[in-house]
Amino acid sequence: MPASTTSFLDYAPAPESTSILNLADSYGLFINGEFVPANGKSFATISPATEKKITEIASADAHDVDLAVAAARRAFDRTWSTMSGADRGKYLFRIARLVQERARELAVAESLDNGKPIKESRDVDVPLVAAWFFYYAGWADKLDHAGLGPNPRALGVAAQVIPWNFPLLMLAWKIAPALAAGNTVVIKPAETTPLSALIFAEILQQADLPPGVVNIITGAGETGAALVNHPDVNKVAFTGSTAVGRMIAKSTAGTGKSVTLELGGKAANIVFDDAPLDQAVEGIVNGIFFNQGHVCCAGSRLLVQENVEAEVVERLKDRLKTLRLGDPLDKNTDIGAINSREQLDRIRELSDIGEAEGATRWTSPCEIPSKGFWFAPTIFTGVETSHRIARDEIFGPVLSVLTFRTPAEAISKANNTPYGLSAGIWTDKGSKILAVADQLRAGVIWANTFNRFDPASPFGGYKESGYGREGGRHGLAAYLKSGSNGGSTRKASR
Amino acid sequence: MTGASVPSAFEPAFLAPAARAIEVIGGSLTEKSLRLHLEGLAGVDAVGLQARAASLGTRSIKTTSKAWALDAIIRMIDLTTLEGADTPGKVQSLVAKALTPDPSDMTTPRVAAVCVYGDMVPHAVAALGQNSGVHVAAVATAFPSGRSSLAVKLMDTKDAVAAGADEIDMVIDRGAFLAGNYGLVFDEIVAVKEACRRDDGSYAHLKVILETGELNTYDNVRKASWLSILAGGDFIKTSTGKVSPAATLPVTLLMLQVVRDWHRLTGERIGVKPAGGIRTSKDAIKFLVTVAETVGEEWLQPDLFRFGASSLLNDVLLQRQKLSTGRYSGPDYVTVD
Repeated sequence: MPASTTSFLDYAPAPESTSILNLADSYGLFINGEFVPANGKSFATISPATEKKITEIASADAHDVDLAVAAARRAFDRTWSTMSGADRGKYLFRIARLVQERARELAVAESLDNGKPIKESRDVDVPLVAAWFFYYAGWADKLDHAGLGPNPRALGVAAQVIPWNFPLLMLAWKIAPALAAGNTVVIKPAETTPLSALIFAEILQQADLPPGVVNIITGAGETGAALVNHPDVNKVAFTGSTAVGRMIAKSTAGTGKSVTLELGGKAANIVFDDAPLDQAVEGIVNGIFFNQGHVCCAGSRLLVQENVEAEVVERLKDRLKTLRLGDPLDKNTDIGAINSREQLDRIRELSDIGEAEGATRWTSPCEIPSKGFWFAPTIFTGVETSHRIARDEIFGPVLSVLTFRTPAEAISKANNTPYGLSAGIWTDKGSKILAVADQLRAGVIWANTFNRFDPASPFGGYKESGYGREGGRHGLAAYLKSGSNGGSTRKASR
Repeated sequence: MTGASVPSAFEPAFLAPAARAIEVIGGSLTEKSLRLHLEGLAGVDAVGLQARAASLGTRSIKTTSKAWALDAIIRMIDLTTLEGADTPGKVQSLVAKALTPDPSDMTTPRVAAVCVYGDMVPHAVAALGQNSGVHVAAVATAFPSGRSSLAVKLMDTKDAVAAGADEIDMVIDRGAFLAGNYGLVFDEIVAVKEACRRDDGSYAHLKVILETGELNTYDNVRKASWLSILAGGDFIKTSTGKVSPAATLPVTLLMLQVVRDWHRLTGERIGVKPAGGIRTSKDAIKFLVTVAETVGEEWLQPDLFRFGASSLLNDVLLQRQKLSTGRYSGPDYVTVD
């Protein structure tokens, strides 16, 4: 066979075209069913892979927030709270179908603005967004069976603040159950990733959703603070850092607002010596390198049984060498760009601390593009529970490897964190899965898989990972009050 | 040779002293030591294996990569006819196709081998002539069921080798494997390997067909792959093509993982041949990606990877014509054989 001049593994570029996008030069705020100019100073949203400007985004100030909340209140009082569940469900089904129709456009926008690989936005994010709307559309006329007794009632106006790691998916997690339960919404996407939410606003117009039922306002932290502290808001739902979650818990205390918080994590991915090793290695990769590790439930602590540590780490390194870092829009890219310079700096800082504290650093050999924000997949071995890289959430493609000797030690190390969002267990023994899962203090536990999401399954944390559940029937409870005890959130009854 | 005697309850049945097995498991091979070794292999999680195969299947292979891949596929095809209705004429036609896959484009490479029943080997050898670069592979050992005595299987093999077969595709005794009689399966492979020996001391290459569709579970496929390599197989092959499912991507991925582990352990390179059910270029390219990302692209050569296929070749030729001319032709622009 003649030798090939280039390597087959240097797959020829296969970029997804951006021609499907039809972006405006600048975007206003989406209030009362239309785009309106903002009072605040506008800012650019950039592609983290190229640092090039994509479009100009409006910034909502306190007055804009007033307008958005007022629009949501009007829509709640006049339309949405009086509409039948079956009719609300029709709107949600319509939104779900439109998301599917415009799936490719949404995936391209998401990868462009966020930096995540197109194969993830195309195969994970956007299909899950549609699934979430389909799932909660089905609930809209069945709220009597949500576990809150007969005739449960909506809370009112929900203020929702979402993060940059899964911009459109987190929007769906927030909006779909809120609308199914009869609430209206003011939502603020993250400052660095507003693009897909603005295309979603166009979808709401296409779906003919009554004005004011969903209002999308863009801006930075002050906009979010003005929104969650607005006196006419009944419900606050936040996904993001534990530090901001704490501030929200403080500022909403005693206001009568219902609050759900989905915060950070430092999940343990536990690999026993009887695990299916090849699949466990895939699960470790999917656990921490999916979405560049920008996942609150990422399996950032690998707890591997000491007698198989060397083998697992060797296989893991070999596997990581096949990961392809680069253009997020290339269909063969596995690792995209870090979302922002700020986040990249944090990942670098914590990785340097890991090295300084004595852990051994290994970085996958890959070429780093000259422009943009990038961090190659990195593993730390010899990590001790006292190291900061074993305790702090890095929120990047960095894995800390710790060992254990017995199931009891695995459980105690896994639980030894202020967080408690998720965990993973790898073993061929079903009985061991059940026994260990029973002892783990984490909201989501995956067995022989990791980072799998389904709208029917509740998701949420223990301890400093937050409170409340999203997804499934439990996710409805965050947006409903029981019909027989309606006095707890007086605002909604006005 | 100790042959395929049924082990007695009173004495340890020693297995044929295959060099690889002795090196990896240790001397005095017995049914029990082989069983302990195979049962010590890590399990396979079916959901995870299939998910990994599906994700490898989403690679997008375009332009120059696709052009290279199409030629590589042709070079790795065992162009196959295994029918009761095979005749010398049919085999000649197959050979002509193997030598000149696309008469409209003489830059098209030749396939790796033609694969025929043992009695067709003389016709294939005669039709190929000298120095064609195309091998003759013969299925043997009571293909496809493998249900006959060891003596018959060995004669079947020796006949084909004597007639000039370069490669022997044997089937394992799936019945013995499923009954837990691993030693019997092992001894048979060792004996067939020995029957591949030519008078000059060289050996015909031995491909061991696991018939994964009958082994049914991924754990069984892993055990049978490992066993076949221990016994001396040069290649492990998924299927006869007579049982459904034949070569699936997850099964092939699993066998490649075994080959990768064997290479890591011993430094030795074993070949893999998915056979049956791969009909389109698009599917075949998924296999190339799986090979390259599991064992490395070093395996993308006919000594280490083959496709057992018949209709695949014409689809690859159509895709190849499309790449060079920029438009699709049609089934009348490739030859039937």
